[in-house]
Amino acid sequence: MAVQVDARGLSCPQPVILARRAIKAGEFPIQVLVETVTSRENVLRAAEKLGCTVAVEEMGDEFKLTVER
Amino acid sequence: MSEGLTRFFASRWGIVLAGAVIGVLAPLLQKAGNPPNMGICVACFERDIAGALGLQRVAAVQYVRPEIAGFVLGSTVAALLFREFKARSGSAPIVRFVLGVFAMIGALVFMGCPWRALLRLSAGDLNAVVGLAGLATGIFVGVQFLRAGYSLGRSQKTYTAVGWIMPVLMIGLLLLLVFEVTVSDSGALFFSESGPGSMHAPLLISLGTGLIIGFLAQRTRFCTMGSIRDVLLMGDAHLISGLGALAVAAVVTNLILGQLNPPAFFGQPVAHSQHLWNYLGMALAGLAFALAGGCPGRQLFLAGEGDGDAGVFVLGMIVGAGLAHNFALAGAPDQVVEGVNTTGGIGPYGMAAVVLGLVVCMVIGLTMRHGMEA
Repeated sequence: MAVQVDARGLSCPQPVILARRAIKAGEFPIQVLVETVTSRENVLRAAEKLGCTVAVEEMGDEFKLTVER
Repeated sequence: MSEGLTRFFASRWGIVLAGAVIGVLAPLLQKAGNPPNMGICVACFERDIAGALGLQRVAAVQYVRPEIAGFVLGSTVAALLFREFKARSGSAPIVRFVLGVFAMIGALVFMGCPWRALLRLSAGDLNAVVGLAGLATGIFVGVQFLRAGYSLGRSQKTYTAVGWIMPVLMIGLLLLLVFEVTVSDSGALFFSESGPGSMHAPLLISLGTGLIIGFLAQRTRFCTMGSIRDVLLMGDAHLISGLGALAVAAVVTNLILGQLNPPAFFGQPVAHSQHLWNYLGMALAGLAFALAGGCPGRQLFLAGEGDGDAGVFVLGMIVGAGLAHNFALAGAPDQVVEGVNTTGGIGPYGMAAVVLGLVVCMVIGLTMRHGMEA
C-alpha cells in the first residue's frame, strides 16, 4: 500500500512541504495528489532533487505523482 | 509542442528568461513615461488605481495603470492556451483579504513592492538593500510558520465564472480608462495632473508590456517572495535565478538608457531613507506575502488563471492602498527644502499600522495551522 499525500487545493509551498516530509520519512512508494500544473512541477522538481524517480499520471483535471526511490 | 514549451518555461532557462524580460521592459517603461525607478511597481500601480477610483484622494497618485490589467489578462491568455485556467476559491478568503491590506500598507511604507525594490536597487537606490533585507526577514518568519504547519486550508474547484471575475474586472478598468469616464466635475475617475500618477507610458505600450509579462510570468511561475522563500525553506535556487536575471538585466538596461544614478541613500526618486521603517515596512509585506503564498505580482498572475483567493488578496491590496493614504500611513519621499536635506518617511500613524500589521500577521501565522481547525 502506497503512502498517500493529498495536496489538492493547497497553496504554495504546502504541496512541496508535504511531499518532502513523506520522502524524508523514507517509506515508498508515495502517491502525491495535486490539482495544478504548478504544484505538479514543484513536487516533481523537489522529489527529483532528493534523488527520487517520479511517474506522473493525469487523472481528469488532477495529477497523481508516484514517487519511488 | 505545448508540453515541450511547458517544460522549457518550467526550466531554469525559462525563469531566467522571464526575469530578464521584466528587467529590460521595466526600465524601458520608465523611459516611455512611467515614474522614476518605477517602470513597474505592482503595489504603487494598484495604489494608483485605488486613487483613480477615488478610494484614496492623494492628488499625486491617481491613474488606471494598464500594466496591472495586462498582468492579469496576459496570465489569462497563457492559462487558456495551455489549458491551465482553473476556477478555484474558498481557502480562507477573508484572511487573504486582511493579508492583502497589510501587505499593501507595508509596501507603501517602503514605497514599493519587491519588484520595485529590485528596480530601485538596479538604479542605484541603496534604500532598496534595506527594504530587501526587511523582505527577507518577513519571509523568514513566514517560513517558520510554514514549517510549523501553517495553512489557510484547501481551495475548492468552483464555477468557471468565478475564475473570470478578476479578468473581467480588469477589462472593466481598461474600458473606464479608454473612455476616460468622469461622472462629474468632482467625481471619479481621478487622474493626477502632477506627481508620479501623472507620469505614464502611452496606454498601448503599458498594456502590451503588461500582457507580455503576464504571459511569461504565468508560464514560469515567477515570484519574488517565492524566490526567497524557496531558498530559506529548502535551499532551492530555481525561482531566485529569475530574480537575479531581473536585477542584472535592469542594471544593464538602466546603464544603456542613462537611468543609473550614483549609489546613495538620500534623495532617491520616489523613496525615503528612514532606514528602520524601510526595513520594518518590507518585513511586514514579506510576512504577509509568505502567509498568502505569493508576492503582489504572483497574486495577479494567479488571479488571471482563475484563482479567486488570489483575486481577494489583490482586492485587499487595493483597499489597503485606500486606507494607507486616507490614514496617512504611507511613506513620503526625501526632499530638499530651501537647500536643507529633509528625510522623508512615515509618521506616527504609519508606525502604529506597521506594528499592528506585524501583530495581526503573527496571530494569523500562529493560530491557523493543521489540526487547529474548530
